[in-house]
Amino acid sequence: MKFLDEYRDPEAVARLASAIRKRVTRPWTLMEICGGQTHTILKSGLPDLLPPEISLLHGPGCPVCVTPVELIDRAVAIAARPEVIFTSFGDMLRVPGSSRSLFNAKAGGADVRIVYSPLDAVKLARANPSREVVFFAVGFETTAPANAMAVWQAAREGLRNFSVLVAHVLVPPAMEAILSAPDCRVNAFLAAGHVCTVMGYQEYEPIAARYRVPIVVTGFEPVDLLEGIHMAVQQLESGRAEVENQYSRSVRRDGNLPARQRIAEVFEISPRCWRGIGEIPASGLRLREPYRAFDAESRFAMEGLRSFESPECIAGLVLRGVKKPHECPAFGTLCTPESPLGAPMVSSEGACAAYHQYARHARSLRSA
Amino acid sequence: MNPICPTPFLNEDRILLAHGGGGRLTHQLIDRIFVPEFRNPALEALHDGALLTVGGARLAFTTDSYVVRPLFFPGGNIGDLAVYGTVNDLAMCGARPLYLSAGFILEEGLPVETLRQVAVSMRQAAGAAGVSLVTGDTKVVDKGKGDGMFINTAGIGLVQSERPIGPASVQPGDAVLVSGDLGSHGVAILSVREGLEFESPIVSDTAPLWTPVAALLEGGIEVHCLRDLTRGGLATSLNEIAAGRGAGIRVEEAAVPVREPVRAACEILGLDPLYVANEGRFAAFVPAAQAEAALGILRRCEVSAGAARIGEVSQEDPGSVILRSRIGGHRVLDMLSGEQLPRIC
Repeated sequence: MKFLDEYRDPEAVARLASAIRKRVTRPWTLMEICGGQTHTILKSGLPDLLPPEISLLHGPGCPVCVTPVELIDRAVAIAARPEVIFTSFGDMLRVPGSSRSLFNAKAGGADVRIVYSPLDAVKLARANPSREVVFFAVGFETTAPANAMAVWQAAREGLRNFSVLVAHVLVPPAMEAILSAPDCRVNAFLAAGHVCTVMGYQEYEPIAARYRVPIVVTGFEPVDLLEGIHMAVQQLESGRAEVENQYSRSVRRDGNLPARQRIAEVFEISPRCWRGIGEIPASGLRLREPYRAFDAESRFAMEGLRSFESPECIAGLVLRGVKKPHECPAFGTLCTPESPLGAPMVSSEGACAAYHQYARHARSLRSA
Repeated sequence: MNPICPTPFLNEDRILLAHGGGGRLTHQLIDRIFVPEFRNPALEALHDGALLTVGGARLAFTTDSYVVRPLFFPGGNIGDLAVYGTVNDLAMCGARPLYLSAGFILEEGLPVETLRQVAVSMRQAAGAAGVSLVTGDTKVVDKGKGDGMFINTAGIGLVQSERPIGPASVQPGDAVLVSGDLGSHGVAILSVREGLEFESPIVSDTAPLWTPVAALLEGGIEVHCLRDLTRGGLATSLNEIAAGRGAGIRVEEAAVPVREPVRAACEILGLDPLYVANEGRFAAFVPAAQAEAALGILRRCEVSAGAARIGEVSQEDPGSVILRSRIGGHRVLDMLSGEQLPRIC
């Protein structure tokens, strides 16, 4: 497959791994932001190829994982209403709320449907005028343009039976929260290529300067990741702390301007709660005033929702890179993909799911 | 409420779609409900079919239900699937398929012409597989209570292999072969369901598998285990065998044949072809010394012309399947816990 095979090429991988081994002189801890990157790392067995000095921490970049449990409970309650068709990306369906997931709601008779695009949810609303179609607008900056577009389109058509349950989060405030924590172990970041495709990387420059931390915008294939690691190691070894762009085939410094404009038109920045981390100021998006009519949270007012987290789950520590998934006492015993205690065990981008699926093997755990 | 039950019976109090996905949840149902209730030696072998000795004859007996949507898909329909699926389960026991039953559950309002087309396909498929459809049943349910048509088939075959074929016969050092490229059936179905179109259409691999199995047995290959790679794909089947035998299985990712359009479709849909269902592919465990001969025999049969050697059985990591990735790293190739879901971004 063109544009994929060259980034999975074993020879290119071996060349980069050897370059990293030659350059590294002391231990460094790198954090990849995006859960998609975490999965590539474990799925391809990439830690086997890295020198022991390099350790990789897995960041908070799994939108499903950081969606607060209250919002999952709200989604389950909305989905249970008979007039509602509840639509979502597939990942969200298995995530446990306080007691139930959307999959449980579906088995209990709720009309829950997987869509590939929020515009498909708009289409459903158009085709089912007597039903309320709700879309679970989850994600980082990557999914924000399409979600903004869906709301914008619904507004333009005057669709009154469409709404979105917004759970949008932003990457840079989360990076700052990690860097300012006293237990921070991160020496450099591999920034998320898809997020930067939309937003560019200007907003990372002040972070790199303020915290003296190298940030390399990195793609998602094995060659991308090794090249990103190599660039970060070169910066660390030579004492630089800059923003560099490994993923230049997709990312420009300014990002995708029309997409950014659409986000800015529909959404505004707001404080947001992160599951396992807590509230981070100015770290999320909510609908702007002219689009508030499409907000499912106010359309379906819910009283008496009481949410709670499993006390055994250490997702917050995992998401901030303080602990690795297998360091959790519940990992693989009390908490499995079949009976998860926290979202990182079931999301396709969750670090715990990646460890459980790919690295329960003693040797791969040692190298991871 | 405490979310942790001290003595979990089933983790879910209702049946989820994933209970039918062939992965871990399906196995929970089998292990915690069906086996304890139905307990007997033939069942507890947990093979593709039960092996029975009746009046001196060694029989294989199996059943399977077909609920595929859409009923017609590129390369086949529910009818030939219902014949081949059951015939293949018998073949995986080393048995020559002989007789099938067919039970139809029809939804009120189904066009008779659709049923006729399916019946025609079943007749043709039975002819191709060398079996007769000798008994059957028809039920009709109210409109909205069925997805057009469900079919159940059961089959009887005569065991041809002298040695027992199954996970218990697998030996360390065995070579693992697959009979052809993987993933076409699942992707063909999904592409119709999701309305995806590809430059070259992806056609289901549904086919009868007794011919290549018979060729292996007649060719003197000491076949240790056979498994068709249906629901849950290669990864699930290998995990069942690794767990059943208490052996480790190593797989070389680069050696697993997946056609380019299938790989591309899986990339788009966020699926792993190693977990995608096949309806005309199987894995064979044979002694390493006979691996090349077995491959030669398989490649001479049309349905298994794309056979490949993908791995081996080892004494390390008992119960696990370990994949060596294209770039040379290692990871666990686990059983899927539920359905493969489209990913978020």
